[in-house]
Amino acid sequence: MATIVFLEHHDNELLKPALGVLSKAATLDDDVTGVVLGSGVMDLAGGAGEFGAAKVVVVDKPELEAPLPQPRVDALASIVGAGGYDNVLFAASVLAADVAAGLSARLGAGLNWDLTDLVREGAELVGKRPALGDSVFVDVGWTSTPRLALIRAGTFDPRATGGEAAVEEADVQFEDFSTAATMVERAHAESEGPSIEDADVIVAGGRGLGAPENFKLVEELAQALGGAVAATRAVVDAGWYPYSTQVGQTGKTVSPKLYIACGISGAIQHKVGMQSSGTVVAINKDPNAPIFEFSDLGVVGDLNEIVPKLTELVRQRRS
Amino acid sequence: MKIAVCVKHVPEQARKIDPGTKRLDRSGEGAINPFDVHAVEEALRIKEDKGGEVVVVTMGPAGAQDSVRKALAMGADEALMITDDAAAGSDLVATTNALAAALEREGADLVVFGQQASDSDGAVLWAAVADRLRLPVISQVAELEVSDGKVRGKRQTEFGYDVIEAPTPAVLAVSDAINEPRYPSLKGIMGARSKPQRTVSVSELGVDEAGEAGSKTTVRELSDPPPRGDTVKIEDDGSAAEKIVEFIAERKLL
Ligand SMILES: Cc1cc2nc3c(=O)[nH]c(=O)nc-3n(C[C@H](O)[C@H](O)[C@H](O)COP(=O)(O)OP(=O)(O)OC[C@H]3O[C@@H](n4cnc5c(N)ncnc54)[C@H](O)[C@@H]3O)c2cc1C
Ligand SMILES: Nc1ncnc2c1ncn2[C@@H]1O[C@H](COP(=O)(O)O)[C@@H](O)[C@H]1O
Repeated sequence: MATIVFLEHHDNELLKPALGVLSKAATLDDDVTGVVLGSGVMDLAGGAGEFGAAKVVVVDKPELEAPLPQPRVDALASIVGAGGYDNVLFAASVLAADVAAGLSARLGAGLNWDLTDLVREGAELVGKRPALGDSVFVDVGWTSTPRLALIRAGTFDPRATGGEAAVEEADVQFEDFSTAATMVERAHAESEGPSIEDADVIVAGGRGLGAPENFKLVEELAQALGGAVAATRAVVDAGWYPYSTQVGQTGKTVSPKLYIACGISGAIQHKVGMQSSGTVVAINKDPNAPIFEFSDLGVVGDLNEIVPKLTELVRQRRS
Repeated sequence: MKIAVCVKHVPEQARKIDPGTKRLDRSGEGAINPFDVHAVEEALRIKEDKGGEVVVVTMGPAGAQDSVRKALAMGADEALMITDDAAAGSDLVATTNALAAALEREGADLVVFGQQASDSDGAVLWAAVADRLRLPVISQVAELEVSDGKVRGKRQTEFGYDVIEAPTPAVLAVSDAINEPRYPSLKGIMGARSKPQRTVSVSELGVDEAGEAGSKTTVRELSDPPPRGDTVKIEDDGSAAEKIVEFIAERKLL
């Protein structure tokens, strides 16, 4: 088998989740290549040898300066075609998902996503995927090569094994439509806000709060408990609460002793940011909300009723 | 401006995979994927602002008619359904083949997708369809500006917010925070029945690789998730706050 791993980078560093997938690939296959696509990235490539890449293919072009998916599909399609790779692996991210899906269409190649493990069975590869809100585990396969896979964020940690990679440069022709989108502003982290990563107690609010001003309900509870306030992407994207407090795939990963989720549905992309919390309490009025699948205490009810009472009781107990 | 909006009909509750076919059980009641309601709303707002028409496009079983009706009741002008037994069991590649073929014929200026399908959680289809249509794509759009001949989207990644611009025709996928969808009016609901609805088969679209046969991925086996520790679920009868306090006090978290 020959495996190639998409090595995403930001601020001149290869990203940990991608190096984690590379380390995993090296345990499955002896022929592992990394691919770095960008502009001014030649120096980055060598670093992948540490984590199990025997070779790194680099495309260094101004068209790859901005982290946009479509020119990367052009690059990968030609690299994967020329190199005869059997497996193309991605650590899930906003960019990687769009690249993987574009490549799937371009090559007519099967893509399995949200994998939490990969197992080799002879010449076959099997992906493990928790599905339907993680309520069932599915073994997935591919009927042809190349096999494309997106690995769930935070699944594999990078392991430095101290190897060296041969770095090779490749050339690419870009399609007109692939370079039509342009980035006007990049990775702007708005409004510095509080830091939530070290909090022992987190009270998180979602769209179930109904309106931005209702964040005061979770703020008061957090204050009573001596904890921090977190939010979902839905409310951060809507401008209700700062990005620095967002938990999940594109936000922070937290592991407090206590996580209280108020009006949060429990999407997988939120779960990946808080699943290592000690105790999870969820308040949601929908008895079928996915959050109840991973809560230690699930409360079906109206947060507008429950949260203020809870704050009052906590204050009484702690005073 | 012609806007195509892609919606998926998803099982409403008690989602499960049929152990025999290893496909999602789609026999029960279904409804429009909640994330796609935001896509329909955004398409309607663009139409209201710029003029034009909104066509709803879906691939799904006959029951997907309910989802189409909902979008029409909200204000979409017409619908195209790819409904065909030969399309059952489609994975990403097979879905892309059919949907892109249908969208190619529609020739819309904008193709709008929802954030993710609640049953597949893929959040990938737009990028595959855009590649097949040879159009630029912007995903996860939380704020959108449409002007003559171009679109500009603000979206979140792992590192903050990007602003991306693309010329039309283009493909967009919108975040669930982009808008607050309207409820269909009574008039909208009544009017939905008489709006044009077309149904096509995959062969009419000229697609050979469809459904399970055209798919490149398989489901090999199903198993239960690892068991979790003791979990408690209660319904609030007025005493939930007390119970939560007891629960966290017992665990010495107070
Ligand atoms: C690539 C990608 C990355 C993403 N990254 C993230 C991420 O980092 N973090 C993240 O959080 N999400 C992320 N998402 C979005 C995620 O899929 C969900 O859309 C989001 O988490 C939903 O937020 P929510 O739970 O606040 O809103 P909703 O899903 O709308 O849920 C609101 C909940 O509130 C409940 N509710 C309503 N009223 C009340 C009431 N009065 N009392 C009690 N409960 C009530 C409802 O029953 C519902 O369950 C990402 C998505 C994608 C595609
Ligand atoms: N069968 C389908 N028919 C039409 N649109 C779909 C279909 N499946 C998914 N979509 C669209 O693609 C988006 C992403 O789906 P997914 O990549 O499966 O999570 C959804 O929000 C819909 O807009």
